[in-house]
Amino acid sequence: MEPINIEGTPKTPTVRFDAREGVFEIRGRSIPENSVEFYKPIVDWLDNYKESPLQKTVVNIRLEYFNTSSSKCILDVFKKLEAIHKAKNDVEVNWYYEEDDEDMLEAGEDYESIIRVPFKMVEIVE
Amino acid sequence: MGFNIESYLPDQSNNNVILFYKGNVDSDVINQILDKVEDKMIMVNDQSKLRKKVYNVLVETLQNLYHHVDKVPEDYEDQMSDKFGILLVTKIDNGYKITTGNFVKSINVDKLKEKINKINKSSHEEIKELYKFILNHQRISAKGGGGLGLVDIARKTGNKLHYSFKEYDDRYSFFFLDVLVNKDN
Repeated sequence: MEPINIEGTPKTPTVRFDAREGVFEIRGRSIPENSVEFYKPIVDWLDNYKESPLQKTVVNIRLEYFNTSSSKCILDVFKKLEAIHKAKNDVEVNWYYEEDDEDMLEAGEDYESIIRVPFKMVEIVE
Repeated sequence: MGFNIESYLPDQSNNNVILFYKGNVDSDVINQILDKVEDKMIMVNDQSKLRKKVYNVLVETLQNLYHHVDKVPEDYEDQMSDKFGILLVTKIDNGYKITTGNFVKSINVDKLKEKINKINKSSHEEIKELYKFILNHQRISAKGGGGLGLVDIARKTGNKLHYSFKEYDDRYSFFFLDVLVNKDN
């Protein structure tokens, strides 16, 4: 599988998904007007990865901002991870938030309560 | 003439105005506005917590305009703007006030009022649950909106959504939305 390697822009995050490493990362800002267009290739990629995942997949989400339309797409990403987890593979999500950013922490907790995958909330201390 | 949007807005000659925009709200305009307001907030050294809330609310209000505005009335002065809206950002005592405005077809007014009133009547806990429910159950609409914008704004600011409708003619109203983003929320 070809890895995903998308450079970040002021409105879209850096995305690095590599099936050989099993460590995936989304970081930066995710505030595009058309988030479905941005996330569709990522969700499709995970659909393929789901067929033969590594025994352990670690996903690091380190977002500074995300808009509400991205929030649904991010949920779609997590739903794919949930399916991988359900098929008896290890999946772990690290949700990063800056120490004063309670909104970002709460957003992570929202996902944690919806998705059946182990989440770890990681505070970034400046 | 007749309908003058500015007449419904507070006096802008004072220096509390951070930014005023009137016209087409496309993707480039949104980028420019976000950059400008972010720069100004950094310049005056606002705490990052407040800055982030303001930025988030700006994104949602502008993208609400981008995704949801109705076309301008056929006799309105600006026929060039496909997504016509206004934005006014003013500094207030302990934060910022973000005002947006856009045309809404009269037949859609009640639906919008109902949506906002429902949010305003909800407690913080209820808004949180509503957000999660919409996130998990509602698909992204054909217009590209997620239906979460206003709920997210209310949740992040902890404030009620103030709004008013000014009648343009019997088919159109102009919708003003005021959002306060202040510290300690």
